[in-house]
Amino acid sequence: MSEEKPRRREVALFATCLVDLVRPDIGFDVARLVLDAGFKVVVPPLQTCCGQPNYNGGDKSGAMAMARRNIDLLMPYEYVVVPSGSCGGMIAHHYPELLSGDTVYAGRARRLAERVYELSRFLVDVADYQPSRRLEGTVTYHDACAGLRELGIKSGPRTLLERAGAQVVESGQAEACCGFGGTFCIKYPDISNAMLERKVADIEATGAATVVAGELGCLMNIEGKLHRTGRPIAARHFAQLLAPEQKS
Amino acid sequence: MDVDSRKFIELSATAVRNESLKTSMGLLGAGLSMRRAQAKAGLAEFDALRDEARDIKNDVLANLDAYLEAFEAQVTRQGGVVHWASTDEEARDAILAICRDADARTVTKSKSMVTEEIELVPHLEAHGITAVETDLGEYIIQLRRERPSHIIAPAIHLNKDEVSETFFEHHRKLGYNERLTERADLVGEARHVLRDKFLGADVGISGANFLIAESGTVVLVTNEGNAELTTSLPKTHIVVTGIEKVVPTFEDAATFIRLLGRSAAGMEISQYTSFITGPAREGDADGPRNFHVVLVDNGRSRMIGTEFQDMLRCIRCSACLNHCPVYLSVGGHAYGSVYNGPMGAVLTPGLSSIGDAGHLPNASTFCGKCEEVCPVRIPLPRMMRAWRNRESEAKLNPVGMRWGLRGWQWLATHPRLYRLATRLGIGVLRRIARGDSSYLSHMPLAAGNWTRDRDFPTPSPTSFVAQWEDKL
Repeated sequence: MSEEKPRRREVALFATCLVDLVRPDIGFDVARLVLDAGFKVVVPPLQTCCGQPNYNGGDKSGAMAMARRNIDLLMPYEYVVVPSGSCGGMIAHHYPELLSGDTVYAGRARRLAERVYELSRFLVDVADYQPSRRLEGTVTYHDACAGLRELGIKSGPRTLLERAGAQVVESGQAEACCGFGGTFCIKYPDISNAMLERKVADIEATGAATVVAGELGCLMNIEGKLHRTGRPIAARHFAQLLAPEQKS
Repeated sequence: MDVDSRKFIELSATAVRNESLKTSMGLLGAGLSMRRAQAKAGLAEFDALRDEARDIKNDVLANLDAYLEAFEAQVTRQGGVVHWASTDEEARDAILAICRDADARTVTKSKSMVTEEIELVPHLEAHGITAVETDLGEYIIQLRRERPSHIIAPAIHLNKDEVSETFFEHHRKLGYNERLTERADLVGEARHVLRDKFLGADVGISGANFLIAESGTVVLVTNEGNAELTTSLPKTHIVVTGIEKVVPTFEDAATFIRLLGRSAAGMEISQYTSFITGPAREGDADGPRNFHVVLVDNGRSRMIGTEFQDMLRCIRCSACLNHCPVYLSVGGHAYGSVYNGPMGAVLTPGLSSIGDAGHLPNASTFCGKCEEVCPVRIPLPRMMRAWRNRESEAKLNPVGMRWGLRGWQWLATHPRLYRLATRLGIGVLRRIARGDSSYLSHMPLAAGNWTRDRDFPTPSPTSFVAQWEDKL
C-alpha cells in the first residue's frame, strides 16, 4: 500500500454552451460541487456545443461532425459531468445512435456514453454527495424533458435538495414541458408561450419561493416569463443552490 | 389526402387565443391523462402488454403481404369480397361502385379516420349519395362541415353551446323547434334524428380497429352502438381500413383491445367490441347480405423499410394527442391534416409529402411525452427528427435555418473563432441591455420572438471557459 494520499479522480466538466456563454457563474457552482464531492475538476478549454441544435434542426451531418469532435475532446477523461439533461442525453443517448454506422466512432461513442453523467446523477450515484450547503424554505422542481425521459433523472435533484435541508413541494405538472424546445420557442412563439404560461401558473400555484431545474434552457425560459410578468419567484439551477459558499 | 400545413403558424396563433378551445383542451388533457394513468396503474402487466403489442405489429409489418392475403382468403371463404386500393382515388372509386351496385341513395357511416383520409363523404355526395355520419361527434361536425379535430373525440373543439346552436339550426327543418341546453337532451335529439337514418340506409360503411388474419374477422371498438346499427341493418356493409390494421390471431387482437381502451380514455374496455366475420349466414335474423372490405394503402407501403416503418404500428388510440403539450395548445384543426398531434406529425408527411406537411414534425419540443404513453412504443420524436432531416436534405426548410445551423456547426468545430464570435455576439446583447440591466426586454431579428412574451437574462461579459482559463 502506498503511503501517499489517494490521487483525486479527475472529472471533465462539459459546461454546455448556454452555461458557458449566458450563465458562467453556474459553471463555477458546478465545479465547486464536484470539488466538494472529492474530485478534481478539469475544464477542457476547446469545448463548444454538443450539437443539439443541429441534430434537432435537420442537420444530421453537422451534428455528426460536432459529435465526433466532442468525442475526441472528452475521451481522455474518466468522468465527464454535464449540468444539463438534454446535453448529457445528447452525448450519452444520441451520439451512439448518430454514429452507429461510423466504423471509427461508433465504439468510441458507446464508450464515452458510459462515462458521461448528468450532474445530479454524478453527485448521487457516483459521489454519494452530502451537500455542505444548508438551505431553508420551499422550492419546487421542474423536470426538464430530456433529462427525465432520455436519462431518467427524477429523484436525484430532489434528493440533493432535501439533503441540503430544502423542502421540495411538488407542482401538479412538474413533468410538463415548459415550451422552450431549443429553436422551437423562436419558430413557434405562440405555442411556446401558451406552454410557458401553463408552466409558470403551475409553479406559482405551489407557493414555492424558488423553481429549480437542471436545464438552463428551461430556466431561462421560465425565469424570463417570471420576470416579464412580475412574479416574485426565483428560477435556479440546482447547482446554484447546492454549491458550497464561495471562499473569498 | 388533403393536407396543407402551410398556415400552421397563423392557425396556431389564432387557436392559442381561443378561450373556448383552451377550456376544451384543458379538460381533455387533464381528464384523459389522469384516466389513462389510473388504468395503467390498475393493470400490472400494462408495460409488458405494450412490448407484446409492439412485437406483434413488428412481425405483421415484416410479413404484411402474407397476413393480408391470409385475411383476404378468409373473408372470401366467408362469402365477402376484399378490394385492394393503392390510392385514395382507387378506394373512393371502389366504394362508389359497391354503393351503385346496391342502388344506394343513403349510406350510414360509423367513425373511421381512413374515410376522412380518403375524403369519402364529399365524393359520395358529389355522386348523389347521401352519407350520414352516425357517431355523435362526427354527426355534429358533419352538420357544421368541419373536419375532426381529434381521433376519438372529433368534436372536442366545440362546446355545448356551439352544439346546441348547430342542432337548433339544422334540426328545425325536421320539426325540432326547441333550443336545447342539456347534454342528455342534445344526445336524445341526435338519437331521434339518426334512428330514421339507420333504418333507411341502403349501405353501412365502417372502419376497422383490427383485422384478424386467421379468421377474416373485422374488429370494431366503439362506445355509442352506432357502429353496430350501421353494420347490421343495411343490406350491404363496407369496411374501409388501412392495410396496417391486420393482426395474426384472435389472441393478438385481445392484446390490442386490452391496450386500446386504457390508452385512449382510461377504459378497461369500450362499451362495444364487435367481431364481424363475413356477411349474414343462412338463417341469421339480421346482418348484411353483402360484405366488402376495402384495404387502403395510400402511401403506407411506401413507409415500410424506411425510418418511418414503426409509425405503421399505430392503433389510433389518441394517447399521444391527449398528452401532447403542442396539441393541447392548438387543437387539431391548426395542423391542416386529419391526422394531427404527434402521430399525425409523423404519419401525415408519410402519406402526403414533407413539402405539404413541413410544419408538423417541426412543431415539437421533443419533450418525449408521446413516446412515453404510446401503447405500441412508437419512437415518435425520433421519427419527427428524421422528417426534419429529410426536409433539410430537400432544402425545404427555411434557408436561414439551414445556413444558421451550418454556421453554428462551423464555429463549434473551430473553437478559437467560436470564442471570438460568441464574445462579439454577447457584446451586442449587452450593448442592447445598456450594460447594467440584468434582463433584455427586446432582442433583434428572430430573437425578438423570445422577447415578445418573456425577458432574456443578460449574458455575462466573459464566458465560463475564458474565466476558468484566467483563474488557472
